[in-house]
Amino acid sequence: MSTLTALAKAQAVAAGRAQPIATVRHAHISDMPLVFIPLTMAGEANAPLAVMVGTDEDRPELLIVPQPRDRGLRFDFAARLAEILLPYAEGFCSATEAVPTDRKRDVRYRYLDAPQIIVPAPAGIGFVRLFGRSTRFRRTDGDYPVLPTVPLLGRWLTFFADRAEQPGSSMLLSLTEMLSAHWATGQSGHEDAHLGSLVNWIAPPPGMSGAKAARLAEDPEVCPPAGPATDPGFDNDVLGPAMEIYRAASEGDDPEAERAAYRELEDLLRGQLAPTWELMWRGLRVMRSMPPGASVEARWAQDRDVFSDFSLYVQGGGAPQARRDGAVAAATRLHKLERAGQSYAIERAFDDPLIMAEHRLGGEAFVGEVTLSKPDRVDDTGKRPVLRPRIQVVTTDPVLFPEGTTLVSPSKPQQKGRVIFVTPVEDGGKTEVVLELSGGMGRGLRAPAGSVPEVGERITYTSLSLGYAPPGTFPSREETPWTHGGPPQYSIADDPLDQGDHAATEDWS
Amino acid sequence: MAQTSTPDARLDRLRGPVAPRRHNARTIAALTGNPGCTRRAVLDGAGVDKMKVAEHIGFPGRFGQSSFAIVRGNVFEARLKANEGAALVGLLGVDVPKYLDLSGGPKASNEERYSRTLEALRDNPDTLLDHPMLRLEVAGRRVYLEPDLVAFQLDNRYHVVEIKSFPVIDEQADPGKVSAAATQAAVYVLALREALAEAGRDPETVSHHVLLVCPKDFSNQPVSSMIDVRRQLSVLRRQLSRMARIDQLLDTLPDGLTFDLEAGDDGEPARDPEALTADIEAVPARYAPDCLATCELSFFCRAEARTSTAVLGRSVREELGGIEDVQTVLALAHGTIEPTPDQAEAAVLLQAAYRLRAELVP
Repeated sequence: MSTLTALAKAQAVAAGRAQPIATVRHAHISDMPLVFIPLTMAGEANAPLAVMVGTDEDRPELLIVPQPRDRGLRFDFAARLAEILLPYAEGFCSATEAVPTDRKRDVRYRYLDAPQIIVPAPAGIGFVRLFGRSTRFRRTDGDYPVLPTVPLLGRWLTFFADRAEQPGSSMLLSLTEMLSAHWATGQSGHEDAHLGSLVNWIAPPPGMSGAKAARLAEDPEVCPPAGPATDPGFDNDVLGPAMEIYRAASEGDDPEAERAAYRELEDLLRGQLAPTWELMWRGLRVMRSMPPGASVEARWAQDRDVFSDFSLYVQGGGAPQARRDGAVAAATRLHKLERAGQSYAIERAFDDPLIMAEHRLGGEAFVGEVTLSKPDRVDDTGKRPVLRPRIQVVTTDPVLFPEGTTLVSPSKPQQKGRVIFVTPVEDGGKTEVVLELSGGMGRGLRAPAGSVPEVGERITYTSLSLGYAPPGTFPSREETPWTHGGPPQYSIADDPLDQGDHAATEDWS
Repeated sequence: MAQTSTPDARLDRLRGPVAPRRHNARTIAALTGNPGCTRRAVLDGAGVDKMKVAEHIGFPGRFGQSSFAIVRGNVFEARLKANEGAALVGLLGVDVPKYLDLSGGPKASNEERYSRTLEALRDNPDTLLDHPMLRLEVAGRRVYLEPDLVAFQLDNRYHVVEIKSFPVIDEQADPGKVSAAATQAAVYVLALREALAEAGRDPETVSHHVLLVCPKDFSNQPVSSMIDVRRQLSVLRRQLSRMARIDQLLDTLPDGLTFDLEAGDDGEPARDPEALTADIEAVPARYAPDCLATCELSFFCRAEARTSTAVLGRSVREELGGIEDVQTVLALAHGTIEPTPDQAEAAVLLQAAYRLRAELVP
């Protein structure tokens, strides 16, 4: 939480309406996202109760489990979900593009587009992870065999849940987190986790304040929870009795009564899910109405890369992901996530002046007007002359950089600016900053037009840097140090089914 | 309020002629949530039914529990305790100890069950005790606690065993649920220590490690984990001792206050809701968004605090320089009021933030 966002929240309280804290959208929104709203049965370990899923706002598909404690029905549900999700994901495995690799000595191929799943809230991502965990090890033979699509679904769901941990990835997103990253409401983060409340702060119905609409949405009768947890009142007063009727009917010998009881359950669960379905698409429209940030496309390309690799792995019969990472794999993964987190934060600041403003407030950036420019200045004190233009920028932001600091401008990321002088101006709280530029101007002693900021230009300089940082090095799995438990005894790669064996047969009752 | 009466009498007067709400481990655990709130300390100390108060003044809370979850919890616990706790004994990997059910039938009073528990602690140190009855002093009042579980000796120390029905999947569980379970178990540890002291044994033989027993992965098989509850214990002790000094809080309240919920002819509380609201408002609250998850009165307190930065959360208030009122924050940011000396630093930052937002937000 920055002061800027905190102020936006105070302004939201006064205005009765959410205030923007970003000027561009920092996530990719697919043309065909799969909206996925799971519900689970209270008290059970991620036992699916229902999902509403689909890519078309007008045609949601509803799957229900009339007896979530029944393992057979759970696997039926998994198989039906696989029939929706697998064709959706595999539908993107068609057209490819060539991407040069290894310094253009080689090419690899990636799919032109990739699947995207949107769930209401972070707990929905938790559902995807756990449902992936409970299905990916299931066996198609032996006791309790399942359809081959069930373990495949598990691998895909696990893949999506893993991607959701990667900062900047847009493959599996929760709408509340995405909206909260772009809007400040006049309520706490705790309350922002309620999708209905959050969407109504941002886009209230006509003629109503966001604050009021959000309060109304807190009533589970008006706006049922977005899941996976259901409203206890609904469980006790409505769902419980209806399930009991279904159970009695399914044990009787009147198929018509059983079908009627099933339809009744479907109608009740549809009633719980439909308001969230509407909110999901309303929230997506809000996100789509913002222009994408400049680096969104490049991050989505990384998602497409990873998706392409994983579909190849799955098509090649790849083993299910391990239950837990080994020490080396965990360290490597953590390192990757940290790097992704850092570059995502910097890319957002470069793409979005309102995010950069947080760094201006913290003294890590300033915005000013170029008042002097010497684009053809040559430094000939070294062995050979080099082009080192200087510019002077006048800013009203506080400048805390010591002389000699290297800065960069988001509009010219290839060019560095070294701080030469920082001079406070007598009147008006302004500061003059003289910068010496290098890079991004070709090899000659004359700067190409447009490569040096011109007088009158408004420009941002910051100490944040997108520069290359070498990846960390980690020992191989066989060389896991004793401090981290030593080399693992066996691995899933050696014997995938052995490790999965317990999980494949584990009791699901 | 008159200085001469005892805290108990004063609390009784606050509550009126209805029976005090009984505490249990869950409500005692909840006391550690927002220790700075006088309103909650006083209402809980007096045993006022906050849920009913909230309903009566028009801010009903939503604190239901799904019957599905209750059934699942009961089934899991019954399974563990079946056959004299055979599943538990197997899980703990110790020689089969003696098993003693202390529930004593439906007619046994709390006092009887408590003294039977004391006896068992004195005479059967190596016994698995099911349905023991413990007690704890909360705000000068004795609260009987019925651990839904068992106390049991392992490595010459007593361990509280807490049975919960949330799953541990691949050795990981929901941290929020684990932490709530740890706080509840700490209540039992404290009560068990007092019981041992009363039974003439060393209270320190109760371990500060509790055994949490949960279903493993997606199954009904139990798995146990040791949890260190020292931190929870110290928070609890601090809050309980604060409640023991409740008379100091009572001294700060105006005379004649009451939260009487005595029913009228229609079975609903007879008190005028507006008068009740006024009396509630006379006791200062310290609202924070976390209250919404734990306190029955939180919706009222939130509405009361709606113009305060407290509704936005503690971290937001800190970023706003600790200033309490939203309008003051905005006036300082716009520069329309002069900051007081202790607002000066915050005002500079707020004005800079305001200028940036004005420049960049269309």
